[in-house]
Amino acid sequence: MALKQTCSILAVTAGLASSLASAAQAEDLNALIWCDHADPELLQPFEEAHDVRVNVKEYEGTAAGLTLLEQSRPGDWDVMVIDAVDVGRAVERGLLAPLPADQLSTDSYFPEAVLADHTTIDGTTYAVTEKFGYNTIAYNKAAVDPADMASLDALWSGKYDGRIAIYDYYLPVLGLVGLEAGIKTADLDAAALETIRAPLMKLGAASKQVSDVVGSQTALATGEVDVLIGGGEWLTAVLNAENPDLDWTIPEEGGLLWAQSLAIVEGTEKPELALEFIKYITSPEGQARLATSSCYWGMPANKAAGDVLTDEQKAILRWDDQPDYLSRAQLYPVPDADTDAAMQDLWTDMLQN
Amino acid sequence: MSIERQEKRQGAALVAPALLWTLGFFVIPFAAMVMMSLAHLEGREIVQGHDLGNYLRIFTDPSLRRGIFVSLEITAVVTVVSVLLAWPLAWIIATRVPARWRRMALLLAVLPFWTSYVVRSYSWALVLGEKGVVMNALVGLGLLAEPVQIMATRSATIIGFVHFFVMLLTLTIYSNLIQLSPNYARAAEDLGASKWQVIRLVILPLTLPGVMTGAFLTFVLCIGDYITPQILGGNNELTLPQLIMLQLGRRGDFPMASALSVVLMVIVTLAYAACARWLKMERV
Repeated sequence: MALKQTCSILAVTAGLASSLASAAQAEDLNALIWCDHADPELLQPFEEAHDVRVNVKEYEGTAAGLTLLEQSRPGDWDVMVIDAVDVGRAVERGLLAPLPADQLSTDSYFPEAVLADHTTIDGTTYAVTEKFGYNTIAYNKAAVDPADMASLDALWSGKYDGRIAIYDYYLPVLGLVGLEAGIKTADLDAAALETIRAPLMKLGAASKQVSDVVGSQTALATGEVDVLIGGGEWLTAVLNAENPDLDWTIPEEGGLLWAQSLAIVEGTEKPELALEFIKYITSPEGQARLATSSCYWGMPANKAAGDVLTDEQKAILRWDDQPDYLSRAQLYPVPDADTDAAMQDLWTDMLQN
Repeated sequence: MSIERQEKRQGAALVAPALLWTLGFFVIPFAAMVMMSLAHLEGREIVQGHDLGNYLRIFTDPSLRRGIFVSLEITAVVTVVSVLLAWPLAWIIATRVPARWRRMALLLAVLPFWTSYVVRSYSWALVLGEKGVVMNALVGLGLLAEPVQIMATRSATIIGFVHFFVMLLTLTIYSNLIQLSPNYARAAEDLGASKWQVIRLVILPLTLPGVMTGAFLTFVLCIGDYITPQILGGNNELTLPQLIMLQLGRRGDFPMASALSVVLMVIVTLAYAACARWLKMERV
């Protein structure tokens, strides 16, 4: 064999061995997340800083997330994004590991976004909030009278029949229908569900479609619908550059505050790396990137992100209006298992009728 | 060892990989799914058991039962419309297009296959929207006073499906047509049959294997599809696969999702039984 050929083979073999070795060295962090965490712009700085690969799996709805965790082996998942109001449910089932609160200061957070009542249980912190926003009304102000959007009544008035889309997530929308019926989200129990059945069905009949994030964005952006119940800044902000007429408001009945938090999954074999990930996400830089993630935007829980975000980004997020919004928003309903099943049955009935 | 015995062993050895594959990737998972369908959810816990509660609920809960009918209705319409559109197209390509252009004609017929299924569905969403190409053209030509809603309706789902399955059926029917000797048509014409009679009484019956194979594939793929109704249907009614996804993605109710999946498989099996006599794959 010629020397040149031998050298080539040796070089290729060495290259392969080296890449296999580096692949073996690179650690994996397995994250159960919402779609905003899948943005490479968010993950890349952490991956590079720690020579790690973040494997993400998206899920929708806490019930599905908890089921996924319960059907996995310990160590399969390292970190998890979870609705802040549902942290207790996960802790109850032994799915989350305690966090060192002293290493995750929330001093620079929006006070209403800390939600310590939900993330700290019996004095132990299990999650930190990372992003928040509102499920309320999003609309196209070029096609809708903004004055009408000051009240949820407009959606039941008949004026916008066939021009409404419903965001396909039962918890916030049932919460909003409850607010229209004068029921606080905290009081949305099985009995209250019967009260909101008729208005929900009426809303379903008045709507053109019930759609997920992408479907809702497409429908609003293309003018297929003019109003989206359940929408908010998380849906219109990414479309702002294309269509500044897409707007959102919190009506007089109120809106729902969503707040997502980040936790370490019990049984992880990489608690230090998982903690580093949480530190990165809650750092000003991580918060700014998460707030403007390509999937959806939302307010960073940590005010310090304001130093990293541009004025334009802050204007889109309505940074200065947050005190007013936060004072008028209610938390998501926190149903027990039976009420949750009843809510989903009601939601399926609305979809199917 | 006798030659017969040796041949049997060779035959078994040749079949073994496929059998093992089927056993490992179909029979065992299917058995696990059936077992799961007999369990139930208590709170958020899956409790193993042997009760038929999930099946009972599928046929008594109006929302779940409706999912079966919605799926069957959509699939039936899609299959019939696709056959009606694909047969003439395949016949034209096989008999009216010059031989040297046939390959190009087939290529054009299946060109949409080259794009992603999801992208194609979202494209249809834009085309069928109230401000989409179709409505703009119809309103612009004065054929409609104002746009009508197609997007986010069952019609949009059917249009999306038909677009896809016409391509599939065209291929199966074309491959059947191209194998037919022209002597059948000549003989029929010599015996006094008109062009229409030749097609109706000779060509059409001879292409039944291709039609039925394509129709069966259309039925199976259509009734099990989640993407098209999810993107184009607007969630205004749910098909069986959408209900299955709802159980998995939202409720974490694996037993009910398994029961719905078993029902779906039973429907497909019944469809196969109904058209098995025409399914002659070797003639397609």
